[in-house]
Amino acid sequence: MLKIQNLHVSIEDKAILNGLNLEVNPGEVHAIMGPNGSGKSTLSAVIAGNEDYEVTKGNIFYKDENIEDLSAEERAHKGIFMSFQYPVEIPGVTVTNFIKTAINSNLKARGLKEMPANEMLKNIRNKAALLEIDSKFLSRSLNEGFSGGEKKRNEIFQMAMLNPTLAILDETDSGLDIDALRIVANGVNKLRNENNAIIVITHYQRLLDHIIPDYVHVLQDGKIAKSGDKNLALQLEEKGYDWI
Amino acid sequence: MAYTEEELKKELEQQEYQYGFTTDIESETFPIGLNEDIVRSISKKKNEPEWMTNWRLDAYAAWKKMDEPEWANIHYKKPDFQAISYFSAPKTSNKYKSLDEVDPELIKTFNKLGISIEEQKKLSGVAVDIVMDSVSVATTFRETLAKDGIIFCSISEAIKEYPDLVKKYIGKVIPKTDNYYAALNSAVFSDGSFCYIPKGVKCPMELSTYFRINQAGTGQFERTLVIADEGSYVSYLEGCTAPSRDENQLHAAVVELIAHDNAEIKYSTVQNWYPGNKHGKGGVFNFVTKRGLCHNNSKISWTQVETGSAVTWKYPSCILKGDNSIGEFYSIAVTNNYQQADTGTKMIHLGKNTKSTIISKGISAGKSQNSYRGLVQIGKNAENARNFSQCDSLLMGNNCGAHTFPYIEAKNKSAQIEHEATTSKIGEDQIFYCNQRGIDVEKAIALIVNGFSKEVLNKLPMEFAVEAQKLLEISLEGSVG
Repeated sequence: MLKIQNLHVSIEDKAILNGLNLEVNPGEVHAIMGPNGSGKSTLSAVIAGNEDYEVTKGNIFYKDENIEDLSAEERAHKGIFMSFQYPVEIPGVTVTNFIKTAINSNLKARGLKEMPANEMLKNIRNKAALLEIDSKFLSRSLNEGFSGGEKKRNEIFQMAMLNPTLAILDETDSGLDIDALRIVANGVNKLRNENNAIIVITHYQRLLDHIIPDYVHVLQDGKIAKSGDKNLALQLEEKGYDWI
Repeated sequence: MAYTEEELKKELEQQEYQYGFTTDIESETFPIGLNEDIVRSISKKKNEPEWMTNWRLDAYAAWKKMDEPEWANIHYKKPDFQAISYFSAPKTSNKYKSLDEVDPELIKTFNKLGISIEEQKKLSGVAVDIVMDSVSVATTFRETLAKDGIIFCSISEAIKEYPDLVKKYIGKVIPKTDNYYAALNSAVFSDGSFCYIPKGVKCPMELSTYFRINQAGTGQFERTLVIADEGSYVSYLEGCTAPSRDENQLHAAVVELIAHDNAEIKYSTVQNWYPGNKHGKGGVFNFVTKRGLCHNNSKISWTQVETGSAVTWKYPSCILKGDNSIGEFYSIAVTNNYQQADTGTKMIHLGKNTKSTIISKGISAGKSQNSYRGLVQIGKNAENARNFSQCDSLLMGNNCGAHTFPYIEAKNKSAQIEHEATTSKIGEDQIFYCNQRGIDVEKAIALIVNGFSKEVLNKLPMEFAVEAQKLLEISLEGSVG
């Protein structure tokens, strides 16, 4: 589904990724770990299509299509989703209004009709329940005054609503207490199926106790230094990144 | 596509006025220039009684001695008042009983604006008193309103048919010598609307007027007078569009509201006069005086969405004379390209337990300058007066400006006055966040701007809110895609 070949990425002429390779197939969960500054967030931003980052070399194929020239919204329309490490606030726009706009934009881009209001409401209610989100929360302004946990729950709520083929969770565990972590991880697990894939970017092992990855990759100096199964994460937790 | 300010700016610059067209209707225009004879001629043309002619002449004499105000944060070449024609009426000045009789060209104009009169009549129950180049050419629903004793007609008609009412109220809230533009308007006002709601009557529908400047080089001087008698209620909607013209057009309106004891007036405006082109050429000069007088336990709400005009000078105000009276001002002002707006309100607290609320949302883009100017004045007898003001500014790009000039004068120690102000920018991170969710740039800006303006949009009557949202999008998005 996702095939990254020899990817080099710079921001403001500073090289961040230096020849990264990664292949993700449907039904798989990949964890990407690594120390601060190793390029984890850059990788997610580049896949999502953030143009602040410049791809200097290499390719990203998504469903066998080179997506280099696609805009962020075009990638979203094709089923790529990113859960932001720092979700932005949009004052005056409710969670419900935002997700409604997002869903209908995607449907429209795919040449489909807008979702009828009753179906939308039903959908919102179901997905909110999945993430133990209170209905009052849905009429608040997007991310405005949200706690860290609420922000991340809202990200996964949007993921549940948009039902992406490829989801990248960028440090979704940061800022979460243990209860929120459990709720978010549960939500993600329920969304896993054989047709979609998830890339979990994280600093710590603890999220991977809840979302069990098929593969773990260690990112260091802009490339993947080591890959393995879930046990690699445990080893890292024990020995630290210097061990690689 | 990630979104940069450069791209944003380009898009905004590419935007042109969507309603830039002229209707070809024969009209009768006075020679240019202003003197006593012109004032007399206007009055005569309208078959006005002598008291009205004299009232105009007094105003003209006062105006001649006045100077154009220069304190506002706006810069423009002053209009040459001797180069303007002060009267222009479509030649077909007979009143129509049905729309079939209306000039098809006029109907076409309204269709271009997306205003179908028939549709409005049927769907929304809005009575429309259309003012096209100064003379009312169609009035609807008058009979329904008349059953409740409501008078809704052009001010010219009111002067003839209800002279006592007009005489009693005109110029009482805004004296004819109040300011330069109000004096000018008092001397030469061409037409406008008059509305009287009798005691205890709740007006059963929104009253609506669409204004439109349509004659090259004619200033438009509308005069509106709304009186809500004791215990009555009325919601009045005013919408304006002006077609593209190269020379600047002057618009100096006067709107007076009187809310008697226990009465309520909601006055909503959507204004999208031609703002000039992207180089700052052309556009309407909008110098408006709007003021309401509140008696005991009454309430006046001004809600405005201002997206147009090259230069705007406008401060819809409330004089809270009666005890327990309430004044409200909700405003969205959008400026783009070279537009300049200096707008806000005055809340004059005179009675006891008077309350006022000011919510102002300024959105600046391009090279525009957007100023909020507001006065909160608490008189020495205004025990327990309260005011809450909130002024928020949203900036798009690095070449525009947002300014806030709040003035507070409190002469009574029991006053409680709160003022909050914020300035923010549409961030690339916000746009990218929306893009990542599949929302394109155009939609993202609309979403962010609507969210920013929500507290004010919520105050508009439903059918107006939809139009206002559309206007915000038109004003800011350009024609992307």
